[in-house]
Amino acid sequence: MHVPDGFLNAPTSVATGAVAAAGVAVALRKAQDELDERTAPLAGLTAAFVFAVQMLNFPVGIGTSGHLMGGALAAVLVGPWTAVLCLSVVLLVQGLLFADGGLTALGTNISLIGITTVVVGWVVARAVLAVLPKRPASVVPAAAIGALVSVPVAALVFVLLFAVGGEASLSAGALTASMLGWHTLIGIGEAVITGLTVSAVVAVRPDLVHAARGLRAPLQLKRADGTLVPAPAAEPAGATARGSARPLLVGGGLVALALAGIVSFFASANPDGLEYVAEDKGFLETARDHAFGDFALADYGEVGGIPVGVAGILGVAVVVVLGVVLFRVVGGRSGRSSSRATEEAVR
Amino acid sequence: MSGGHGHGHALYRPGDSPVHRLPAHVKIVALLAFVLVVVATPRDEYWAFGAYAVLLGVVAAVAGVPAGLIIRRMVVEVPFVVFAVLMPIVSQGPRIDVLGLSLSEHGLLTGWNILAKGTLGVVASILLAATTDVRSLLAGLQRLRVPDRLVEIASFMIRYADVVTGDMRRMRIARESRGFEARHLGHARVVAQGAGALFVRSYERGERVHLAMLSRGYAGAMPLTTTAVTTRADWLRGAALPLAAAVVAVVAVLA
Repeated sequence: MHVPDGFLNAPTSVATGAVAAAGVAVALRKAQDELDERTAPLAGLTAAFVFAVQMLNFPVGIGTSGHLMGGALAAVLVGPWTAVLCLSVVLLVQGLLFADGGLTALGTNISLIGITTVVVGWVVARAVLAVLPKRPASVVPAAAIGALVSVPVAALVFVLLFAVGGEASLSAGALTASMLGWHTLIGIGEAVITGLTVSAVVAVRPDLVHAARGLRAPLQLKRADGTLVPAPAAEPAGATARGSARPLLVGGGLVALALAGIVSFFASANPDGLEYVAEDKGFLETARDHAFGDFALADYGEVGGIPVGVAGILGVAVVVVLGVVLFRVVGGRSGRSSSRATEEAVR
Repeated sequence: MSGGHGHGHALYRPGDSPVHRLPAHVKIVALLAFVLVVVATPRDEYWAFGAYAVLLGVVAAVAGVPAGLIIRRMVVEVPFVVFAVLMPIVSQGPRIDVLGLSLSEHGLLTGWNILAKGTLGVVASILLAATTDVRSLLAGLQRLRVPDRLVEIASFMIRYADVVTGDMRRMRIARESRGFEARHLGHARVVAQGAGALFVRSYERGERVHLAMLSRGYAGAMPLTTTAVTTRADWLRGAALPLAAAVVAVVAVLA
């Protein structure tokens, strides 16, 4: 998703550069609250981690593999402001040292990957956490849904930028449909990997996960007669109570429904604007002939006779399946013991 | 940066050419100005892009960066080459037949535009990276008033990228030596657990690094170790490339 030089015209590049600079400046100030004076080494090491993880290829299907963008992952692990700094630095280094992503497009890349995915991932994850039970394990579905939403939203922002300053005569509708289609798929992959990675960290060091702060249950001591009393004030241990997954599942289902409502609102609002542009320019008719026009869910169910509501329900189904898979992973002891096994295997 | 071998990076090619000797911040400004001129050039001024390529060729020759090296490193642009090639097929507008394919005229122009500008940007960045070592690049960013904190984060990232990547490689070797091979999405869980462990290790390493810094007297800011002055001649030499490009652009637009 690294944008090269010449993709967007010079004014747009300069404008996104200003946005990126402002965003990074705010993040620099706010990151002090997250990491205080430890910012430099910890954010630096986290940036190195993001850099490494972006090189890690995850198998997607037979013969193909994808890699993580890591915006939502970094936001959940170290907090949104530090995450903005980490991803911006990764992009800066990739542009300067590895010629990956154009230098004039650095502002665009930071705005898209460094700021949009992080902020969207964080806000969505917080919203999900507000609904789920207050337990560290709740961070896992929250992170996954944050990652799932962040990638298509970043793609939408790219389409908007392209509509404003793109040096191409692509039809906005076709571009939106294909970008959203692809990036929803990519977002599902990102969600799975983000959720699994966060669950591995939560299982070992829940205290490190920024989004899980304040979610740990207070430590309770069991007396000889079986009664539970609150432990005297001390740092609670890392162990988390694991109960039934049922309330989590119900909560997750509700979140999925709520999200479907919000997402479908966005989904219908944004392309409308672009389709308005398309109609204005008079190439909406030709846009229908595009290869993606036949794709059943392109244009959010207006093509192929699928109403928006059904598309929304399909979306919920995807989210629910994803949630169930993640609950499986988090629930039970397998997640914890196998991650420990991995740890040991590596030593 | 970290011992005798830590000065280089994947793309650095040590040398002692005038381009190598130019202060890093001058080179960064020159590169940025050059790429801005390229991006701002109208896409149908075809010969101007040829002239830019010649200018970059001259810089490469002066810096002693072999062409083969540049071409090999241009693989990073493969993803957007694919995008550029798709442009003529998916774009709108009047179509022309080329070798039996119906292609959009606009799309051809767009594809050319992305290909030409993107390639020039990539080659210019490769030249910067090939002639500037990491430490002076970071010092250059600092001279350009990039916030200290950001430069510090970048320096830590570069310093430990090899360590963290090495950690990741050892985990992969450990997995593979036990017969594991990631084949489908179901295996992602194992790889993701490795990523989780990698995060914990990186973060804990960051905490240890911070303690080590404190014990060596770190009080919130890294000491400035470079005191080199930039002369007017340096700036003039650095301005040669973007100025030449600007002349080309102006001539192209007026002609």
